[in-house]
Amino acid sequence: MTPTRRKRLILIGLMVAGVAVAVGFALNAFNQNLMYFYAPSEVIAGEAPANHPFRLGGLVTKGSVHRLPNGLTTRFDVTDLTKTVSVQYTGILPDLFREGQGIVAHGKLNNDGVFIADEVLAKHDEKYMPPEVADALKKSKAAKPATGTAEVTP
Amino acid sequence: MIPELGHFALILALCLAVVQAIFPLIGSLNRTPSWTAMARPLAYGQFVFLAFAFAALVHAFLTDDFSVLYVAQNGNTEMPTIYKVSAVWGAHEGSLLLWAFILSIWMIAVAAFTRSLPDEMVARVLSVMGMISIGFLSFLLFTSNPFARIFPAPLQGAELNPLLQDFGLAIHPPMLYMGYVGMSVAFSFAIAALIGGKLDNAWARWSRPWTLVAWMFLGTGIVLGSWWAYNELGWGGWWFWDPVENASFMPWLAGTALVHSLAVTEKRGAFKRWTVLLALLAFSLSLMGTFLVRSGVLTSVHAFASDPARGMFILVFLMVVIGSSLLLYALRAPSISRGGGFDALSRETLLLGNNLILIVITALVLLGTLAPLIYDAFNWGKISVGFPWFSTMFITFTPLMILLMGAAPLTRWKHQDGGELLRQLRLALLLSVAAAIVVALPFAADNGAAGVAVGLSVWLLTTLLTSAWRRLRHHGGISALIADFSSRGGRSYYGMWIAHLGVAIFIIGVTFVTQFDIRKDVRMSPAQEIVVNGYRFRFDGVTPRQGPNYVAQRGTIHVSRNGHEVAVLHPEKRTYNMKSRPMTEAGIDVGLFRDIYVSLGEPLKGGDWALRLYYKPMVRWIWLGGLLTALGGLLSASDPRYRLRVLAKVTGRDVPSNTLAAGEQA
Amino acid sequence: MPAYARYLAPLLAFLALTALLYKGLSINPRTIPSPLIDKPAPAFRLPALKHPEQFISNADFQGKVTLLNVWATWCVACRQEHQNLVQLRKQGVRIYGLNYKDKRPAAEQWLQQFGNPYIANAFDADGRVGINWGVYGTPETFVIDKQGIIRHKYIGPITLNAIQNEILPLVKQLREAD
Repeated sequence: MTPTRRKRLILIGLMVAGVAVAVGFALNAFNQNLMYFYAPSEVIAGEAPANHPFRLGGLVTKGSVHRLPNGLTTRFDVTDLTKTVSVQYTGILPDLFREGQGIVAHGKLNNDGVFIADEVLAKHDEKYMPPEVADALKKSKAAKPATGTAEVTP
Repeated sequence: MIPELGHFALILALCLAVVQAIFPLIGSLNRTPSWTAMARPLAYGQFVFLAFAFAALVHAFLTDDFSVLYVAQNGNTEMPTIYKVSAVWGAHEGSLLLWAFILSIWMIAVAAFTRSLPDEMVARVLSVMGMISIGFLSFLLFTSNPFARIFPAPLQGAELNPLLQDFGLAIHPPMLYMGYVGMSVAFSFAIAALIGGKLDNAWARWSRPWTLVAWMFLGTGIVLGSWWAYNELGWGGWWFWDPVENASFMPWLAGTALVHSLAVTEKRGAFKRWTVLLALLAFSLSLMGTFLVRSGVLTSVHAFASDPARGMFILVFLMVVIGSSLLLYALRAPSISRGGGFDALSRETLLLGNNLILIVITALVLLGTLAPLIYDAFNWGKISVGFPWFSTMFITFTPLMILLMGAAPLTRWKHQDGGELLRQLRLALLLSVAAAIVVALPFAADNGAAGVAVGLSVWLLTTLLTSAWRRLRHHGGISALIADFSSRGGRSYYGMWIAHLGVAIFIIGVTFVTQFDIRKDVRMSPAQEIVVNGYRFRFDGVTPRQGPNYVAQRGTIHVSRNGHEVAVLHPEKRTYNMKSRPMTEAGIDVGLFRDIYVSLGEPLKGGDWALRLYYKPMVRWIWLGGLLTALGGLLSASDPRYRLRVLAKVTGRDVPSNTLAAGEQA
Repeated sequence: MPAYARYLAPLLAFLALTALLYKGLSINPRTIPSPLIDKPAPAFRLPALKHPEQFISNADFQGKVTLLNVWATWCVACRQEHQNLVQLRKQGVRIYGLNYKDKRPAAEQWLQQFGNPYIANAFDADGRVGINWGVYGTPETFVIDKQGIIRHKYIGPITLNAIQNEILPLVKQLREAD
């Protein structure tokens, strides 16, 4: 092997090694940064992480939106028609936010079981809801006994 | 009547596309000149029919023809004319028609500007483009007909989504599509070369200007999208690593790697396999972007109304185009000859490192974009990949690339003496480190990032100046600048110069606005004042206002500093007549070194309003940098060295002896 | 091993990607059949559109094969299918409407202007009943059998094709069933 060729191979080897290390680092950071989605039923059942941010999605329960008198804090409930979680958010809510709307919130559960949101998203228009929320609603309905005569109370 | 004619024109275009895909290609393989010669006229014919179809749809919007379903879904009599036109590409069917139309524009450009290329090559290139055209026209005609009628016709259209009723977003899709579709030219050149079995420097020289122009459009489209998001979404953000944004960024990254790789292949004949693969990759990413946006596979604020049936069509199309191109690559790659060798320290190596980093970034963006899908498919849960991950990852890899970017123009091809290089870089190293320390020290440890960014930008700037100084010294000094600019290879160089400068400016913009921006969500009563970063904001209440097709709540905010009035801003909350949901228009005071940004939240009790106040330093540098980079690409593409042969043919002048004739090896 | 074997890597990577995207398409919630199929229709009781003092409920579906069509005046695709619904009605199919998140005057004017294929319309102002029925968007149409069990959900505007090949045969089948 000529010296030039060997030099080149070493160089390429170094490059590949460097890239591998960096990519490994990136993938590791990836795992830390993942945010899982949970529906209210799953949160009530204790499946959501205690001290790690996650996404909570569902419908905003009618009549549950209360804006605290000072500042920009709002409290509201999120439901998947089976279970409900209270949410607190300080900041400006998105334009599409309203009762009955499907939303996704990012944040953490506090010790009292209230979800403290740092971001609330209501991305889609009136007619559609985020697929994860739709999915969660479906799952929760499937879990309920199909009696057919029970009135549904959100 | 006219919509039906438009529909018919699409059918005719499809017929031409089929002929164009088959005959010139076979003609080029069998050496049948009459078939090869069909390529250009067929391309012109497709353009005529597609232009007509496009015009028919524009006409339908301008005449408020709500008997056409697509116009009923996106048009409205009260919309300003400019948005009636931009509504043509505001939703799925029309934007596909725009795609097909722009493809025909690139086709006639290829037909017209390749007179100096061998006819067989051109025939193959146009045939491949014809195949792509078949895909899009079929998609249009069989699943997404923009000319479908609706009876009875509604009296009023549903209106273009108010978010899209903005100038920036009106021209954003055409720009982007010019880029996406333009990548098909490099793709077609690569396929044509693979089919012909001859991959040489000439091929790279032919492809490069086309690729640069497409890349330029794509970059401009991305900048426009970012600028639009900042202006229109009301929340001060300018990039979200949203799947649709990523779908446009990945082809751009691949395109950047491609233009650099093409330079190496053109000058030294090296990296042939990589260049071909990158050419295939860039367009494949464009197509994949189209798939991701329209199939409903990923959730995104931008995505078109999704339809899995359409998604399936695109997926099959993707498989056919990309799968067969990669298969062709695999079959032909072994016979591609190796180019010039190069040493461990050489410009080739630095460019190789640069491309490697670009590809890694592209792969990571792809991973982050598809991760939610991967996790869902394997039932590992429903996840989203946070913005911070993308940013961290991008910031990790970019500095090394910047270092290479600075050193490469000062490094010789084939072999560079290490000591000499260090001598060239000494000044740049010194200044960059000094600048980094100067910026980082006064602030808290938190501002190390700003220091690094400044250091990197100074590095780029000083190495650029060093390189320019060296070049001009050899070419006759500053007075020779103009002459050097117009010389062969001159515009390429200055194009690179400006593009890299654009990157330096971009880095400053991004880092400063990320590190130093200040945001306050506040509740204000009329006449109340709040101070943010030395700027005094006085809220003067909200009054109603009537717009052409909306009603607005218009806020007034006086901004002053040190007693002098800086601006009066009017953020609005608009409710468009057709849609009941509200939209936010931010009030922005634009400055070269900072933006003051205010948006209205919602009305609260007692006449109070929720407001978002922003101080955004250097935010404009992001887009200025991006535009400069695109401009640099355009400048490079206009280099006369790409047109010498045409000049020679036309004028009969002597061609300088160091011109590479078509097919010659360097 | 043939010379080109090691250059197959990009192709193989792409094929893996395609498999993933294909899977992605099929898990899209809109392609999964409604979990309400073969289950009793969710109970509801809503004021009628035209006569708000009257009520529409599940009881109205019992004993005969019925279609429930979810629609709104703000939905352009609903306009697309409207004539087809009128056609269906002419062919003797019983159709009830669920007027979803709409305004009464607009809905009444629509029916006056374009024809009324509905036996009656339930007025679902806030969309809650729609949510119970798993409505993701409009229009959607449910086919309910004599016992009040949902047998089919059709998403999107009903085309003439769908009438011929999906709806009419199913209605016929359910009518003949016990």
